[in-house]
Amino acid sequence: MKKGAIWLCLFCAVLAVAVVASWGYLKNNLNLGLDLCGGAEVVLQAVPEEGQTVTQDDMEALKEIMRKRVDNIGVSEPLIQLEGADRIIVQLAGVDNPDEAINILGRTAKLEFRGPRGDVILTGSDLADAKGVRNPSATNPREENVISLQFTDEGSKKFADATARYLNQVISIYIDGEEVMSPTVNQIINSGQAQISGGYTLEQAVAEAAILKGGALPVDVEVMSKRTVGPSLGADSLQKSMYAGLMGMALLLAFIILYYRLPGVVAAVSLVVYTLILTWLISWLHITLTLPGIAGFVLSIGMAVDANIVIYERLREEIANDKSLPAAVTASFKRALWTILDSNLTTLIAAAVLFQFGTGSIQGFAVTLAVGIVVSMFSALVITHYLLKWCAEVPAFAKHKGLFARVKGGVGRA
Amino acid sequence: MPKLHIDVVNKRKLWYAISGVLIVIGLASLVFRGLNLGIDFTGGNIMQLQFEQTVTAEDLRTLVSSYVEATPSIQESDDNIFLIRTEDMAEEKSGQLLSQISSELSPFEVLRNERIGPVIGAELIANAWWALLLALALMLLYITIRFRFNFAVSAIVPLMHDALMVVGIFSILQIEVDSTFVAAILTVLGYSINSTIVIFDRVRENRELHPKQGFTDLINESINQTLGRSINTSVAVLLLVVCLFLFGGDTTKAFSLALVIGVIAGAYSSVFIAGSILTDLTKLRGVDKNELRAAKKGKKNDDKILV
Repeated sequence: MKKGAIWLCLFCAVLAVAVVASWGYLKNNLNLGLDLCGGAEVVLQAVPEEGQTVTQDDMEALKEIMRKRVDNIGVSEPLIQLEGADRIIVQLAGVDNPDEAINILGRTAKLEFRGPRGDVILTGSDLADAKGVRNPSATNPREENVISLQFTDEGSKKFADATARYLNQVISIYIDGEEVMSPTVNQIINSGQAQISGGYTLEQAVAEAAILKGGALPVDVEVMSKRTVGPSLGADSLQKSMYAGLMGMALLLAFIILYYRLPGVVAAVSLVVYTLILTWLISWLHITLTLPGIAGFVLSIGMAVDANIVIYERLREEIANDKSLPAAVTASFKRALWTILDSNLTTLIAAAVLFQFGTGSIQGFAVTLAVGIVVSMFSALVITHYLLKWCAEVPAFAKHKGLFARVKGGVGRA
Repeated sequence: MPKLHIDVVNKRKLWYAISGVLIVIGLASLVFRGLNLGIDFTGGNIMQLQFEQTVTAEDLRTLVSSYVEATPSIQESDDNIFLIRTEDMAEEKSGQLLSQISSELSPFEVLRNERIGPVIGAELIANAWWALLLALALMLLYITIRFRFNFAVSAIVPLMHDALMVVGIFSILQIEVDSTFVAAILTVLGYSINSTIVIFDRVRENRELHPKQGFTDLINESINQTLGRSINTSVAVLLLVVCLFLFGGDTTKAFSLALVIGVIAGAYSSVFIAGSILTDLTKLRGVDKNELRAAKKGKKNDDKILV
């Protein structure tokens, strides 16, 4: 009969080690949403020109280009996803200058070289490389910083042909339909190299080159909605909601221990296990933790408590029916099983629907809630179950039913 | 603690009346004042700026007004932080506005800058309705399978009660609602139905244990047997959401307030409304007579004609 006591000690020891060991890792490995760590989210809508339709291929290409541009801005782990037939959502967590990032993403970056009669000679697809560089041989300030272009083999040929055809005439360079410069061709260029000088600062030239190199968008895009959160506001929200959550949890545990006594302590332990498992899952499954997500987390703790409460109320009834303690524990879990399954599955339905229809932070909330419900069933039906069973096997505990529930005759505390 | 016993079912007219009055007030407010819809629904821009130098709301309003047609809303919170709400402005325009504010009034740090196009807002509203309807339909189906149609309807109607309570109170208080409001409502529904199911589960169990008991007693007993659970769980969840509301920062205030109201409404409706409706619905369908007749004849009850 000492087995229960050994298991209990072992379990608590392992749990304590797990909590301490996890703390450091989880603190740095949670995927925080932009409302918690600052950043930008933008929804771009593809706007086809008249007569053009947006195809799936266009959208895939768009996504690829967005990824390149984000890489050029230097954001790690961006979230880029297609939504519906013609929308793309880009999330950049922790970016320093969110507004500028959004401007870069929304640019079409259509590069064109046009002949004197407006005929297109070269486009961005003929480009092999683009760099923003300082021009040492600049003769006026407008030419100090330039975008240096290197064409592909085919592009070089086209450029050579065009410079031959339009010798001593004007070739114009357009970016996004805007004329940047219109130099006169004074020699045939075979090297496949060209420079654009548009009065740039060095940073502008580098950024512009990066956009051109990333490629032009196959279809124009328009910013439908955007959200940027400064890092300080995000940190503030994170700190406050963590604080509020911890405080709520402390109050809740105090309540449940005071009310349910020994099983209350068991519930508290199993809630710690629950919180640990859920946090690990959030980290492993790369679920983005958003502000509503934290609220969902906290609420699912409430649901987990509920499962325990359902069981304990049963336990009180069984003990009141004068069952032996181990028998009462077994009976209460057997009876509570379907109650918990039915009530949690119904809630899970609501979470699943939320996930299907929600976007962004609401989806994060729904996932957290759904995973939370599943884990809470596990923690109540398995963890709490075994802990209580072991407790009932410890003679010191089992002698005093009053530790488990108020017994008839009013012997409150053993 | 003395054993609390509430005669829920026989006083059901009282519970209906309480809920009815509250819902009518809420609906009246909805009709006459409507909800204070945020930019998530209406489309528009929100900028939250923290200025380096002191800026007055008037100066800011004058400057912002020159960019938009409708009157912008300017709110000052602490530390020289201003919240600016305007109608929908294109990227370029809001960029120009920000640079003019910076050069003419004071440099600032952008805490938040959001823009929601009007199309997205309309979609959000449509999606919210679909989500609500689909969730209700699926739950109706699940409960019908696991229990019975009577139970399903009796569990779903209180959910509308809860949703109306939250929406009604938000309309009365004119608190701004955003997309997370939809999530809050659905969470409340999930929570409330959870409580109702626990009670109905007990009804189902007691029906098998005491087949001869009249169903009014049956439901009353079941509600009272689970009352401890209903109260304790509500207290536990309320402790959490009240903490979130009080200490959770401005961005979650509306969200957690909706949860606080919803949890209270949900706890009330599970205990007082769901069982009452189940009683009335069963009476309406005449199942009680069958049950009484069967009980009189002393036959073993056929499960199918019960409740």
